[in-house]
Amino acid sequence: MPASSSQALPGSRRRTLLIGATAVVLVLLPVLLTQYQTFQATMILLYAIALLGLNMLVGYNGQISIGHGAFFAIGAYVTAILVSSFGIPYWATIPIAGLVCLVIGILFGIPALRLEGHYLALATFGLALALPQILKLHVFEAWTKGVVGIFVRKPKAPFGLPLTADQWLYYFTLFFLALAFLFAANLLRGRIGQAMIAIRDQPAAAASMGVNVSYYKTMTFGLSALYTGVAGALSAVVVQFVAPDSFSLHLSISFLLAIVIGGLGTMWGALFGAVFMVVVPNLASEISTAAPWAIYGVAVIIFMYVMPTGLVGLVRKIWNGFSRTPAAGGAA
Amino acid sequence: MTDARSIPSQAAPPRSALLEVEHVTVRFSGLLALNDVSFSVQEGQICGLIGPNGAGKTTLFNCLSRHYHYTSGDIRYRGRSLGPVPSHGIARLGMARSFQNLALFGSMSVLENVRMGAFARARSGYLQNLFRTATVRAEEAATQRKSQELLELLDLTQVAHENVGDLPFGTQKRVEIARALALEPTMLLLDEPACGINHEEVTELAGLIRRVRDEFSLTVLLVEHHMSLVMSISDQVVALNFGAVIADGTPAQVQRNPDVIRAYLGGA
Ligand SMILES: Nc1ncnc2c1ncn2[C@@H]1O[C@H](COP(=O)(O)OP(=O)(O)OP(=O)(O)O)[C@@H](O)[C@H]1O
Ligand SMILES: [Mg+2]
Repeated sequence: MPASSSQALPGSRRRTLLIGATAVVLVLLPVLLTQYQTFQATMILLYAIALLGLNMLVGYNGQISIGHGAFFAIGAYVTAILVSSFGIPYWATIPIAGLVCLVIGILFGIPALRLEGHYLALATFGLALALPQILKLHVFEAWTKGVVGIFVRKPKAPFGLPLTADQWLYYFTLFFLALAFLFAANLLRGRIGQAMIAIRDQPAAAASMGVNVSYYKTMTFGLSALYTGVAGALSAVVVQFVAPDSFSLHLSISFLLAIVIGGLGTMWGALFGAVFMVVVPNLASEISTAAPWAIYGVAVIIFMYVMPTGLVGLVRKIWNGFSRTPAAGGAA
Repeated sequence: MTDARSIPSQAAPPRSALLEVEHVTVRFSGLLALNDVSFSVQEGQICGLIGPNGAGKTTLFNCLSRHYHYTSGDIRYRGRSLGPVPSHGIARLGMARSFQNLALFGSMSVLENVRMGAFARARSGYLQNLFRTATVRAEEAATQRKSQELLELLDLTQVAHENVGDLPFGTQKRVEIARALALEPTMLLLDEPACGINHEEVTELAGLIRRVRDEFSLTVLLVEHHMSLVMSISDQVVALNFGAVIADGTPAQVQRNPDVIRAYLGGA
């Protein structure tokens, strides 16, 4: 069909354009921002990494985790401990934290995924609930510093780059987000990404195509834990502090809400979800210092009702509306 | 012409069975869905599997795909027992199937569904895919080419980029066949491919099944209620009733079998 092939080209060109434009905006952004805004923007970037991972699991593979905050916490603690107790440079701890979470994710996923249904959701819920308490245990106190938590010194920009420490951390995080985005995009468009979607849509048929369903589910869980762990590791450096109570169940639920509000099963959904995660609670506490979470909750409900396909769905609708108008005019 | 066709098959040396089903029994909490089922299918043949509703035809397919576990008996493919093979290992053995009630990947386009059918033909793993190496791109190009040929063959090129869910039932059934063929299987299992299509399309389907059997040197196991279709294209017909084999032979033999006649009249 000639129409579809001529549609495919501008589609991919439009996507390249969109990614390029977003990249340019993200690179130039710190110039326009205050120190605190730069910090917030950095938080958005690192949450986006976590949400990319969670979206692979929930959006593309159809599994539910109510406990990804636990992997965020593990990543943060690995970095904080390696930097503070072992003197390892902060930049080298990020991939280590990711790998630790990959391994824990796979080990955790193997038994949980053997069982059908919602066992994974329940097991992750348990993990998120237990982790802050585990971090406070006396046995680990030599490393975790118990309830006190660990301070991480803020790194300066290296190689004499003319950047403030906050600006440097912004670009440092942006680098990891770019990598995370690239790897996710590569994986999702290839046979493994298609297998992940096939498992979500029709697990029995996927198996008949030769897809080892439990292997890919476990690996997807591990990979999403890696992404979230890297985000957590970055947060330890950016926030310069980790403590058990920063990683309550609340964080896990926020991740899940953000990915649904951002847009399940889309790459952009992660970025939109991250913006929501940072901006809306801030706005909420500006509106009412007494009950910010009530306002946050109401915002969540409104978003879900107004945009069942997430922010990505809304943006797409607007975008298509714009690009369709001239075509309709030409046809008339 | 038809004589010329039958001579080589008579002159051909006896081939070993590609598929051997031996004493397979499947029980669902008291219900005997398959009761001591035995038959075999020779390589290159079209074997029709018939029987009234609930006879156990789909259950047998699900045993072949290893979705159901049989309580006793054995299934052998090329002489190898399927016992230790997991459900995702069946594709690698060269067996592809279509599903009676459609099991297409609902969020994907027609082309993407067909490409997914070739999943077991490619080997690239996580690292290669994360970096999207040359191997991955070469695999994808090959899959793309093959899938487009299959879309052409099954007259699906027009709808290649449409979402499968938006298509009529009969078209979706053709997508199922295309997806199964994308594996380049040696054995094709079709579960009621003629369901929901009109009379003309049934004739086309008969031609298509014969054609893919010859072109891709396939062995076909065909579950179908459409009797004239089964009887016209099958080399062998196996009839099931209440989970048991009641007839096994040429279409002419099975059509004359009193048990088969009784099963269909009694069921109606
Ligand atoms: N998963 C299952 N659990 C319980 N009973 C089942 C299951 N699958 C099939 N059955 C039963 O086994 C029997 C055989 O069903 P099957 O689907 O194999 O029949 P069929 O020959 O394919 O019929 P149809 O022509 O209607 O498709 C039926 O009585 C059915 O209800
Ligand atoms: Mg059936």
